[in-house]
Amino acid sequence: MAALARLTDPLSDLFWRRPRVLLVLLLAPPLLWLVVVYIGSLAALLVQSFFSIDEFTGLIKHEFTLKTYAELFRPANFDIVIRTTVMAAAVTIAAAIISFPIAYYAARYARGRMKAFFYLAVMLPLWSSYLVKVYAWKLILAKEGILTWAVDGIGASAVLNAILALPVIGGNSLSVSYIGTFLVFLYVWLPYMILPLQASLERVPQNLLEASDDLGASRRQTLRHVILPMAMPGMIAGSIFTFSLTLGDYIIPQIVGSSRNFIGQAVYAHQGTAGNIPLAAAFAVVPIVIMGFYLWVAKRKGAFDAL
Amino acid sequence: MTARFLMTAAISAIVAAQPVVAQMTTIGAGEGQVDIVAWPGYIERGETDPNFNWVTKFEEATGCKVNVKTANTSDEMVALMNEGGFDLVTASGDASLRLIAGKRVQPVNTDLIPSWSTVDERLKNAPWHTVDGVHYGTPYMWGPNVLMYNTEVFPEAPTSWNVVFEEMTLPDGKSNSGRVQAYDGPIHIADAAQYLMTHKPELGITSPYELNADQYAAALDLLRTQRTLVGRYWHDAFIQMDDFKNEGVVASGSWPFQVNILKSEGLPIASVIPAEGATGWADTTMMHVDAAHPNCAYMWMEHTLSSNLQSDLSVWFGAVPSVPAACSDGRGMQTQEGCDANGLADFEKIRFWTTPVSKCESQGECVPYYRWVSDYIGVIGGR
Repeated sequence: MAALARLTDPLSDLFWRRPRVLLVLLLAPPLLWLVVVYIGSLAALLVQSFFSIDEFTGLIKHEFTLKTYAELFRPANFDIVIRTTVMAAAVTIAAAIISFPIAYYAARYARGRMKAFFYLAVMLPLWSSYLVKVYAWKLILAKEGILTWAVDGIGASAVLNAILALPVIGGNSLSVSYIGTFLVFLYVWLPYMILPLQASLERVPQNLLEASDDLGASRRQTLRHVILPMAMPGMIAGSIFTFSLTLGDYIIPQIVGSSRNFIGQAVYAHQGTAGNIPLAAAFAVVPIVIMGFYLWVAKRKGAFDAL
Repeated sequence: MTARFLMTAAISAIVAAQPVVAQMTTIGAGEGQVDIVAWPGYIERGETDPNFNWVTKFEEATGCKVNVKTANTSDEMVALMNEGGFDLVTASGDASLRLIAGKRVQPVNTDLIPSWSTVDERLKNAPWHTVDGVHYGTPYMWGPNVLMYNTEVFPEAPTSWNVVFEEMTLPDGKSNSGRVQAYDGPIHIADAAQYLMTHKPELGITSPYELNADQYAAALDLLRTQRTLVGRYWHDAFIQMDDFKNEGVVASGSWPFQVNILKSEGLPIASVIPAEGATGWADTTMMHVDAAHPNCAYMWMEHTLSSNLQSDLSVWFGAVPSVPAACSDGRGMQTQEGCDANGLADFEKIRFWTTPVSKCESQGECVPYYRWVSDYIGVIGGR
């Protein structure tokens, strides 16, 4: 006991006399984690993207150049950026539209057991493996899968064929078309939109809605001018999840879709056997830039005011 | 304590920095274990299926415990070997030369491996493990990339790869559009180049892995036509099997592995090596430059060639043994017919995967692999 006190007493004296030392000691581990591990790896990535690959030997030239970024704008590569961004935007918008009524009901009408059921129903898909869900969807959407079978059963196969005949988004079957990729993205990321949206809708005070009623607003006007603006932070928070998760995913488009690359797959391919780390790094910077821009807009819209 | 640690670190740094690694001259006593990086399913100890076991006898005989780390891609294998801590790796042709060039593997003294003499003569000096006359490993298994097809649609085996490269009406009267697949890897450009060797001889392609700019452009054009026929490219063997079952796919380049499994499930599937020939893969057991258990590693290499491994693994994996005798001498389950079905009889028709490099043997200047990667992504993307 005395030995321990001999050790700790000078320390506590030190901390008392120089509070800054304690502060530095306490802050050092998290800062180290943030700066070295987190920012550090990002910086290493950023640096790589300013190198280039030698056209002839395939070796990496460690000299500063913007050539690799110029590569991103070659049609084949730029296609990938556009394809991924459009998909992420489409998934986000659809997720917001579908989530709103669900979140609204769960936040304002569901009570007791019903509320518990809603939470469970939204969370349940998150408990099972992501890969299992995606493979299950591949089977559901297959040409000879359950969905085609059901559509045939109700005599609507003409409608399905018409949808699949659409240029660009169509294909041989749902499972090899952009529509299929879109549906799976939407399913997998939907909980990430519903939960923050529900949280923000629960924070809308009842008396504001009553005041809106008293002042003669129709239900539509209340929704438009009171509820939606107050739900916006939740919606934007949710959209950050759905948007960034879609931007970075490389497994879903590989299993369901037409094999056309998304950013994640391009990074994977270039850093792998190709050894084209600079181009992979430049590709990896694209979602960072898009998300940076997105967050900047979101901040201006006041999405983080509630934090 | 610290000083000793520093000493050890310094010594190991010096040892690691030595540029030239001499090969071993004698095998001593086993070190008690051997650590191997391998493809999934390559090293079985009877845990998946008790009938397939080629490890426990080795462990009993040598006292070397076999530790396996599986890797799913050649890139993972190269990364694991770069990290170190392993003795052996079962490297494919698109990884082996990188490992040699990166000095991650050491020359192998074939005099210390008695069964070396039983290895297929055609594999002994294969360019994917022999550089400047120095052997960097022992051949493990090989197999062709066959054309898998649905026997209900093709009552007779297709004779040409054109069913997956050009739009045509299949024997069942319907177009092949949307009903064929191709491999989702840049190495598939080689399959297109091989097809052109027969159908456009004026291009003068001598090796599908060594293409000059014109030959390469012609191959990409062929692949652009193929893109219009293919709904989804295959990447994962099990997804491809699922596509043959549920997605209406009737023909595709594939491995005997998928063919054997689908056949065993009673599906109307068969495979063929068409007239143009086929590409193929060949794996090599290579030894890490800093292998901690070299004696056990050499014993394992001998074991891979001499035991039931070659025979049983070729059944298990749908591959071909590197020791031809393993097909017929009854050391395992494989038979001559089984080996022939897996591709042994077609050895001459197979051009094995190697990594395309810019300095190529046949014509001086070739399109290197990183271009294959970016251009193949472009082709699949519709460019």
